[in-house]
Amino acid sequence: MEEKKSSFTVKAGLAEMLKGGVIMDVVTPAQAKLAEQAGAVAVMALERVPSDIRKDGGVARMSDPRMIKDIQKSVSIPVMAKCRIGHFAEAQILEALEIDYIDESEVLTPADNKFHVKKSNFKVPFVCGATGLGEALRRIHEGAAMIRTKGEAGTGNVVEAVKHIRKITAEIHHLKKLNSEQLEIKAKHYHVPAKLLYVVKKIQRLPVVNFAAGGIATPADASLMMQLGCDGVFVGSGIFKAKNPKQVAEAIVLATTHYDNPKKLAQYSENLGAPMKGIEISKLDTKLQDRGW
Amino acid sequence: MRVGILALQGNVREHATMLRQLKATPVEVKTEEDLDSIESLIIPGGESTTITKLLFEQNLDKKILALHHDGMPILGTCAGAIILAKSVQPNTLKTLNLMDIHITRNDYGRQIQSFEASIQAENTIGKKPLNAIFIRAPVIKKANCTILAQYNNNPVLVQEGNLLATTFHPELANDNRIHKYFLSLI
Repeated sequence: MEEKKSSFTVKAGLAEMLKGGVIMDVVTPAQAKLAEQAGAVAVMALERVPSDIRKDGGVARMSDPRMIKDIQKSVSIPVMAKCRIGHFAEAQILEALEIDYIDESEVLTPADNKFHVKKSNFKVPFVCGATGLGEALRRIHEGAAMIRTKGEAGTGNVVEAVKHIRKITAEIHHLKKLNSEQLEIKAKHYHVPAKLLYVVKKIQRLPVVNFAAGGIATPADASLMMQLGCDGVFVGSGIFKAKNPKQVAEAIVLATTHYDNPKKLAQYSENLGAPMKGIEISKLDTKLQDRGW
Repeated sequence: MRVGILALQGNVREHATMLRQLKATPVEVKTEEDLDSIESLIIPGGESTTITKLLFEQNLDKKILALHHDGMPILGTCAGAIILAKSVQPNTLKTLNLMDIHITRNDYGRQIQSFEASIQAENTIGKKPLNAIFIRAPVIKKANCTILAQYNNNPVLVQEGNLLATTFHPELANDNRIHKYFLSLI
């Protein structure tokens, strides 16, 4: 009996299993353990959370493999890690570590201003950020098996993530009105094969799982993104920059499950202490969402 | 026929699609009240640590066990199979303790070891092979119940009365025979 590893079905399949869940940024094995016990479906192993990357400045790169390995040893849930946009050598290293998912991320400093990683060349699956349908489909065409909104990482401000999911949804909806000639033109405009657009037009969602990311800091933020149609939630700085990480982590997990139940959400939002402070988008020097295309 | 899908976390959508193809009505189960109107229950794949935490913290376990005691069939896929098992390795995970199987979590390894393979099930499922998709899958090491399919000498589809468990994901393959068989158990 023939066994097929790393098929697209198998790569996208793991993302399907993460639906309705919360993926948390962690910088130590202790944080990873806390995230797992709070009910996270996966952790993102990082040296610094996005808000610290933003504060520290300089070039942000892939994390130290030792630190990633220590986190892999500490939990039984999937472990993800980030490589720079276009940095396929970092991606090869992460694959050698048998990371469960690679995030080709705008949170790190891009390594290539023309090409993203050719993700279909890899055995491990990739998740990529997107601000609109064209960008999401370009990443999927390169082999991404999961998409997330870019939002604006490290700000604790959900406004950009909302903008991105609303844009993707509106652009998918718009495809319904296009005939085949117009779809061909749209495909050229997006720089993707038209057959991808035919699929999206038919199923009226992305062909892979789509999570919210970039600025989610409270249970209500998670509920908002789920109600807007996201399949699950990434929380970066929002947990370990809050006053009570454990309580916030557990509350966001519960809020992602019961996103459509305001009575429960009221209960989960109660008495969590100060959330991460957050930044007004207009005060930013660098918008991470502008990295990649 | 109303079929519940435990919707605390995991792959609910594709199970619902399979049920609709078979003219059954999928019902998302997140609270005790959601369990009131269903005739059978699917526990989907997802992260077993997340699903069990929510299942026991929100006291859904007692009502599910009571309903099963009164004859409600349950299908567990991947994480769902773990949750049905009497014995799990590592044993830190609490389960519903229903099926006489010993199961080991993530036993094939990390995602890079995930795979799909063609497997031959017993004739009760059908003569054509199944495309079985294994995602960070558990392995059933011992099964004191009916084995309906195996892969590399390990059971991957097992049945004990009206309980059915798979270590692969029938909802991801474009083939609803396992769901059809499950619905016949009511």
